[in-house]
Amino acid sequence: MKSIDKPKVLQIKDIRNENEFIKTFVFEYPLNSKPGQFVMLWLPEMDEKPFSTSYDDGKEFWITVFKVGKFTEKLFDLKVGDQVGIRGPYGNGFKLKVNQHLVMVGGGCGSAPLFSTLREAKEKNCKVDFVLGARTSDLLLFQKRIKDFDNIDLHVCTDDGSEGEKGFTTDVLKRILDEKIVDMILSCGPEVMMKKVSEIAFEKSVKAQLSLERYMKCGFGICGNCTLDPTGLRVCKDGPIFDNEILKNVADFGAYHRDSEGKKEWFGACKVR
Amino acid sequence: MSDLSINFCGVKFRNPLVLASGILGVTASSLKNVIRNGAGGVTTKSIWLNPHKGHPNPTMFGTEHYFINAVGLPDAGIEKAIDEIKPLIESSEDPIIVSIAGGNKQDFVDIAEKIHVVNPQILELNISCPNVEDQFGRPFACVTVDAGELVKRVKEVSKNVPLVVKLSPNVNNIAEIALECEKQGADGINMGNTFGPGLVIDIDIRKPVLHNKVGGVSGPGLKPLYVKKVWDVYSAVKIPIIGTGGILTGEDAIEMMMAGASLVGVGTAVYYRDIDVFSKMVKEISDWCERSGVENLEEIVGAAH
Repeated sequence: MKSIDKPKVLQIKDIRNENEFIKTFVFEYPLNSKPGQFVMLWLPEMDEKPFSTSYDDGKEFWITVFKVGKFTEKLFDLKVGDQVGIRGPYGNGFKLKVNQHLVMVGGGCGSAPLFSTLREAKEKNCKVDFVLGARTSDLLLFQKRIKDFDNIDLHVCTDDGSEGEKGFTTDVLKRILDEKIVDMILSCGPEVMMKKVSEIAFEKSVKAQLSLERYMKCGFGICGNCTLDPTGLRVCKDGPIFDNEILKNVADFGAYHRDSEGKKEWFGACKVR
Repeated sequence: MSDLSINFCGVKFRNPLVLASGILGVTASSLKNVIRNGAGGVTTKSIWLNPHKGHPNPTMFGTEHYFINAVGLPDAGIEKAIDEIKPLIESSEDPIIVSIAGGNKQDFVDIAEKIHVVNPQILELNISCPNVEDQFGRPFACVTVDAGELVKRVKEVSKNVPLVVKLSPNVNNIAEIALECEKQGADGINMGNTFGPGLVIDIDIRKPVLHNKVGGVSGPGLKPLYVKKVWDVYSAVKIPIIGTGGILTGEDAIEMMMAGASLVGVGTAVYYRDIDVFSKMVKEISDWCERSGVENLEEIVGAAH
């Protein structure tokens, strides 16, 4: 189905407070996004930013947003019935096959697009180990909703040990890979975490798909702001989901991203969560 | 197999399709990727001496008939160009056209002087962006004496590097402006930048969609207007032309060349046909040449006059 390329104005049908920093916005619209795809969300006279869909059943879709700056603060002020513009869906999405054993590794708000793949995983009779991590128990996303799916082993971990295991998602991932035969790892979260996931996947010779986030203008592969070195692949069009084999040759991955003027910004020593 | 190569200002392009400035030109890797996808040459995003902020989003969107943008010429300045564009030019077998921009005339002279460190093969003077008018006033390309004066001053510092001036279609005296640029030393004309600015209003929000409110319009619906501008410029000057605007297919490119373009700028087509539009168009041009018995593509430049 063709994407909407001129913003389509939609009313917010529902807003759910997931925790202090994360809200889910519900829209009643047949967007038909695939898991891992994203939309450009427009706040008139403010800006427009990319967000993955966290659910889409063909009748309604959700986006789940972490409050990180001015744009998301303004979004958090909106009420049910308020209007925003939506373009999309854009990007490639996660690729699932039938009867696979999957490990999903979600850090913080990165669990949102992974949650959206659970319906398809169920339809394809996949077995899922879901590693849900956050800094602290308050920030664990979709814990109950994930639990409600059958055929899922949920592994909760927090940096401070306030819920589940004390430690990082990557430690849990390693253990699972030691214990089980896994076909595919899917991951979304802080890039420093995903870099580690990528390394572990290579170490254990397990395939992986990772979801990248970059500053975007167009969302449909023409502006060039989200391109990766040295291949020139576009996160918005060739991604945002990349096979680990491709990321092996991407200099930016886990190292730097680019601002709206195209200048490199290096990832800080940001803590894996 | 027909020869699709074009000699433009002494630089050889293996085919006439050149990535237009502002599209996929943020990084050297991206420009390289465009070349891998079949472009005969690429143009960088306009480089400023100092970092320049663009507009917030939405900066662009497209419909079946037109594309509108107001990105606002963001760039990280000459330091980034030295980091990225210089090695690209040194390693590329295909020509890299370096586009430069500024807010006032002195800015253009300054960047034209400094840009030598990246060893540009061709310089393109972007004096026609319609999306920074609020900041800098009417584009210099819209006023004959301004365009001419800028070409003259830049030519004084740009030494032997061929200078292409990118003109605006938003004038009714394009022949006069192009002629003045030629007189003042321009080596080529890019005809041209986007139309407008235009305005699109969202009727539910009751506000303009683009953050900058207005933006330059391009896309397939405007092709006849661009072909006419190129026709007029070709009639007025002897220097070669890059015909840019509304070109989506190989047949469109051939039409543009028959109007007088030696090279054809491809930009918005990436939106309509994706990044491999270049190789698709090369094949379409090649097929047409075979069918038409054209052995050397250069022979069709200006053929419709």
